[in-house]
Amino acid sequence: MAVTDRATTRVAPRSGTIVEPAPVLAVPKPDTWFKRNESKVIGTISVTTFLVLWQSLGFVRAAWPQGIVLGGLKLAVPPTLFLPVPSEVILAFRDLVQGGELAQDVAVSLQEFAIGYVLAVVVGVLLGLGIGWYRRFSYAVDPFITFFYATPRIVLLPLLIIWFGIGIWSKIAVVFLGAFFAIVINTAAGVRNLDANLIKVARSFGATDLQLFRTIALPGSVPFVLTGLRLGIGHALVGVVVGELVAAQHGIGRLMAIAGSTFQSDKVFAGLIIIASAGMLTTLLLQRLERRYEAWRPRAN
Amino acid sequence: MADTVGVKLEARGVTVHYRRRRSEDHFLAVDRADLEVGEGEFVCIVGPSGCGKTTFLNAVDGLLPLTGGSLVLDGRAITGPGPDRALVFQQPSLLPWRTVLGNVIYGVELRGAITGAEARERAQRHIELVGLKGFEDSFPSELSGGMQQRVNLARALTTDPEVLLLDEPFGALDAQTRETMQLELLRIWNQTRKTAIFITHDIVEAVYLADRVIVFTARPGRVKMSVPIGLPRPRDLRIKREPRFLEYELKIWESIREEVMRSNDMEERVA
Ligand SMILES: Nc1ncnc2c1ncn2[C@@H]1O[C@H](COP(=O)(O)OP(=O)(O)OP(=O)(O)O)[C@@H](O)[C@H]1O
Ligand SMILES: [Mg+2]
Repeated sequence: MAVTDRATTRVAPRSGTIVEPAPVLAVPKPDTWFKRNESKVIGTISVTTFLVLWQSLGFVRAAWPQGIVLGGLKLAVPPTLFLPVPSEVILAFRDLVQGGELAQDVAVSLQEFAIGYVLAVVVGVLLGLGIGWYRRFSYAVDPFITFFYATPRIVLLPLLIIWFGIGIWSKIAVVFLGAFFAIVINTAAGVRNLDANLIKVARSFGATDLQLFRTIALPGSVPFVLTGLRLGIGHALVGVVVGELVAAQHGIGRLMAIAGSTFQSDKVFAGLIIIASAGMLTTLLLQRLERRYEAWRPRAN
Repeated sequence: MADTVGVKLEARGVTVHYRRRRSEDHFLAVDRADLEVGEGEFVCIVGPSGCGKTTFLNAVDGLLPLTGGSLVLDGRAITGPGPDRALVFQQPSLLPWRTVLGNVIYGVELRGAITGAEARERAQRHIELVGLKGFEDSFPSELSGGMQQRVNLARALTTDPEVLLLDEPFGALDAQTRETMQLELLRIWNQTRKTAIFITHDIVEAVYLADRVIVFTARPGRVKMSVPIGLPRPRDLRIKREPRFLEYELKIWESIREEVMRSNDMEERVA
């Protein structure tokens, strides 16, 4: 009798015996705005603090050009030449844009990156699928891949310049080589690590090799392929910048090289920010793609 | 029952070895198993764990090559998987990137006999049959183990095979769902009277479902005993309480126990 329907008991307590509804422990409260955006808020605060501190270096520099004397200690403030502050970098950036060369440099670098990277993706994914799928083929090409993957591809640059000249093609080649191996190796690993049970299912329902490839190997290796693509971006950007530092007619790397050798560190920083933004943007796009393809993945929490 | 109708499947001295990864010797999993399954017969196979039941069933499905003996289906030797058979796997083995509907349709999609709206409609019917209506768009990671297993069953049923091979399909289900699924399976089977080979650990399940229960010996597996179940059909769940039912149950239980004891003895002697 005591434990009757809780809802009715609460509304109409019978004969004085109020049966308390069971206390509901730990009701998950709706997350506050802060909790939902915790990572962004804390990240923004930390970056802003960093930028403010960095910028304040400029004020210190303006107030005490000779450095700060504390007792017997003299703290020198690094000159602009050595470490420009954010506002100076922005000014340098503006000058570069107004000067008109930046557009061309960006266009050239972008071209090298895009062509090299897309080539690496196409060839890398196709070859990686082939290597993962055909065991004998992998035996044949694995030694080469291991050799090149263990070697920093940048060391091939002098050779690539001899072969392709100092125009964009030597940079495209180095970008390609940079991204290619990460993509090949990850794609092949994705195909090799397929769930044996699923292959059995496909075989049981009479799958042809092509069907097995299309319905199991391809979707099953997507997460690995995307990881390869993401790792490839970093290598590709290194290729662009270093390639242009060594020998180029145009490009962000070349711009930075010239600025560096003429002690225009604010311009070096401007170039660095462009490269970093490009890397972050591409990675972000890929993460979006990864999330879309992994809707079926079990959530960790 | 098997005598009156034609023989559907004939296993003669079926022997299967597994290749060992690290050593040269081969591992004997099924040793000269003989079995005849009649057209439309429902056969259950029981036996100690690891005795080679899954191995035998995979061989019937054409997934494993025989190292001895022969498997003949409808007068033709089995050389590989075919549209006349469908296997319900011991593990759900669903494609994690496909929804329930996508998984159930997978079998017919590979076979290619029916496509498009017709295939979807048939898949949908079997999803409802196994009680998963409303979950068509869920991914396997969003289902319980039992629900995944029902998708596994629906996938095989949708291909409409002549012989249904089931490897402990209800092993992961709770007792209630299990009985519901047994009822459902018998209902489906009663309509179509397909030949079925059903592996289970559950003796009650075996007696309840089968025309005949086959007891396998301990590894390496062979057929130890064949018990025809003379219970009338359709069978109500209450039949599980009848003395005749319990007699069958006891007989099979003793036979399995004997096998387990024997294999334990053997292991002790080896040790
Ligand atoms: N792929 C494999 N490679 C090597 N040995 C295997 C393989 N699969 C199974 N075995 C061995 O073959 C024997 C029979 O296995 P099988 O899976 O057929 O048993 P089972 O009767 O289905 O057991 P359970 O009832 O536990 O599912 C086992 O001893 C197992 O160790
Ligand atoms: Mg098994």
